[in-house]
Amino acid sequence: MRSCLSLVLRNTLRNRRRSSLTVASMAVSLGLLGVLLALYRALFYGGETTPGQAKRIVVHHKIALTQELPVGDEQKIRQVPGVRAVISLRWFGGTYKDPGDPKNRFGQFAIEPASLVEVYPELRITEPEKVAFVAQKTACIASRALADRLGWKRGERIPLVGAAILPVTVDLTLVGIFDNPEGNAVLYFNRDYLRDSLSAGDSRRDMVQQYYVEADDKDAVPDVARQIDAMFDESSYPTKSEPEQAFMLSFVSFLGNLKLFLAVIFGAVTLTILLISGNMLSMSVRERTREVGVLKSLGFSSGEVLGMVVGEANLIALAGGLVGCGLAAALCVAIAGAMRSAPGFTSIVRGLSVSPLILTITLGIALLIGSLSALAPGLSAARTSILDALRYNG
Amino acid sequence: MAIPLSYNFRNLMVRKTTTVMTSAGIMLSVAVLVASLALVNGLRTVFANTGHPLQLLVLRNGGTSELGSLIPTDSFAILRSKAGIAIDGRGEALVSPELVNVANLPSVDNPKGMNITVRGINPIGIEMRSIRLTDGRWFRSGQREIVIGKSVARRYPTAKLGSRIRFGKGDWEIVGITDGGESALNSEIWGDFNQIASDYNRQDSASSVLVRATDPVTLDALKHSIKDDRRLNANAITERDYYANQTVSGAPLEFLGIFVAVAMAIGSGFATTNTMYAAVAKRSKEIGTLRTLGFSEASILLSFLTESVLIAVLAGALGCALVLPLNWVTSGIGSFVSFSEIAFRFRVDPKTIASGVIFSVVLGVLGGVLPARAAAKKEIIAALREG
Repeated sequence: MRSCLSLVLRNTLRNRRRSSLTVASMAVSLGLLGVLLALYRALFYGGETTPGQAKRIVVHHKIALTQELPVGDEQKIRQVPGVRAVISLRWFGGTYKDPGDPKNRFGQFAIEPASLVEVYPELRITEPEKVAFVAQKTACIASRALADRLGWKRGERIPLVGAAILPVTVDLTLVGIFDNPEGNAVLYFNRDYLRDSLSAGDSRRDMVQQYYVEADDKDAVPDVARQIDAMFDESSYPTKSEPEQAFMLSFVSFLGNLKLFLAVIFGAVTLTILLISGNMLSMSVRERTREVGVLKSLGFSSGEVLGMVVGEANLIALAGGLVGCGLAAALCVAIAGAMRSAPGFTSIVRGLSVSPLILTITLGIALLIGSLSALAPGLSAARTSILDALRYNG
Repeated sequence: MAIPLSYNFRNLMVRKTTTVMTSAGIMLSVAVLVASLALVNGLRTVFANTGHPLQLLVLRNGGTSELGSLIPTDSFAILRSKAGIAIDGRGEALVSPELVNVANLPSVDNPKGMNITVRGINPIGIEMRSIRLTDGRWFRSGQREIVIGKSVARRYPTAKLGSRIRFGKGDWEIVGITDGGESALNSEIWGDFNQIASDYNRQDSASSVLVRATDPVTLDALKHSIKDDRRLNANAITERDYYANQTVSGAPLEFLGIFVAVAMAIGSGFATTNTMYAAVAKRSKEIGTLRTLGFSEASILLSFLTESVLIAVLAGALGCALVLPLNWVTSGIGSFVSFSEIAFRFRVDPKTIASGVIFSVVLGVLGGVLPARAAAKKEIIAALREG
């Protein structure tokens, strides 16, 4: 048996150029598989969730995000058992300076300042800034990414001209710059200021876009969501409540039928690796037909000959898999970095990373392909009769 | 003198298994590339087929999409009185205020629900588009009736002629199916302007106004006249440009497809190199013989390179053939401008096929250059003795 192992190693190292080319070829393809798996995980399972995120529920209109909800729902939601805090969010969608310049486009939300920091502990902001934001009605706070992009300092005057749904102009003063884990460009301002800017009889005064609800703990989330929807089901404004993660992921369907797309590519790549490995092995085995005859005449059994081919295949597959995992990890970091400034929900890809499970699956596929691809050439070597093999003149 | 091509063909035939296995890898990477290009091509076709070349879309100043735009009612009359606006047979100005929102319905790809554009429109707006009714009738004004594009009818199981769907403030009856050629209009729901406006609390304004100029020269003048009119505070872009800009929605999938195709191609490139090195090793004696017969180093190099390009091109052609059936596949993608789904058909056309074949030639050259050089550099005597 030990002699078998050393023969496997020697065979693998014999044609170094071929072995390294095969390892390189498999590594690139397996690295790609790893990235595809990571992408699938990020897009359909949302990658990692922060503890704060796991506790949050998004409540929006059942029919479409663009339809608003009455402000009075807030009190009703607060009374649902398991709800710790509620915050309303209203998309303002105004324009800042020259809207033709993409630099000037960012998320603008009217919120209630005091609850914001409660529901979003991830927003890191200093205490004086928080106090100023709560105290001053025309105050606003911006994410670091946004402030850096537009060169804003505290005290900056930011006029926003409202869009279709809210045709008013708000004149804001920047009182704070916060750090958020998403690193996206976003601005928050006081919803009371927006409300007061709309004329007294305007029905839009008392509407909001959506609510963010913080549950007591993450296990309560499904139940709280169900109770909220049940409460408004018969009202003129039925709601749909979903965990924040699921809400973010619902935008993924916008990219088209990605699941099918990824599945087809995954199949194509796996098949390619199988063919690469199989081809390499048959070339090696064919060239060594005579040696197989020699081994057999020395007393090696057919099983041992088969085992040696399978062993060689797995050794190469393992090497390819390991390099491939490294490649996948590096590629994920690179893609995540490149997507850092991506707009909107494509930011999900920012969390792209290979988990231990993904690495295990990639290595598993490598070994499975190694063994599968060795079957045909291995069996043909094992079956060759000594005489035929020794007579072979390749 | 060049070595005849038939020599390479015969060699490929002799090493059938290896040839097939090597080409399969190349075939699949070319297939992924061509499929991604076909997707964007199909999407581009849909948007390119939408819009009349003489029509301008008037949006709020700074507005980039109909969904987030607002044009107050008093602007309609200002627009109607502009010089250069085309007039229809009945003497009516071709100016169509429209209201755009979205409804969410379960689709075949996405049972949890996908957005569809809902457009409130007047008869003049229908007249300004090349759209026809394939089934049923048009909606009547003042009724909760809608017509749906043929792609909506095909892709949303609950949207059928005669059935009711719910959006805005209640139920709407589907009374007709429309066909707008291969355009984005097939992915829309249309209803009476006033009905839709009241459902979305928008009686005092429209989202956008579509206007038609009399000819290409006045089109430009009209565009500037709208932009410069301070009473309007609006912007006008050609309808064609508005839709063409939405092709960018396919960019994430295109990027993913090209990334995957290139990575797969690198993998298959290494495999091709492997195969060609084996071929060179096995044919040492032949190479020696060819050299003895007077064939130069260059012609040996060219011959082996040709062989690897042949494998790659054969595989590339097969890869293109493999994705041809995609021409009959319809899919949907979300547009970030309209915040709703646009249905499109994949398009594998001569241009995408050419890209696939060129890609495979490059792959064949890159994969075969090192082994071919090794073959050319072989010492004649040593080569004849080998194997």
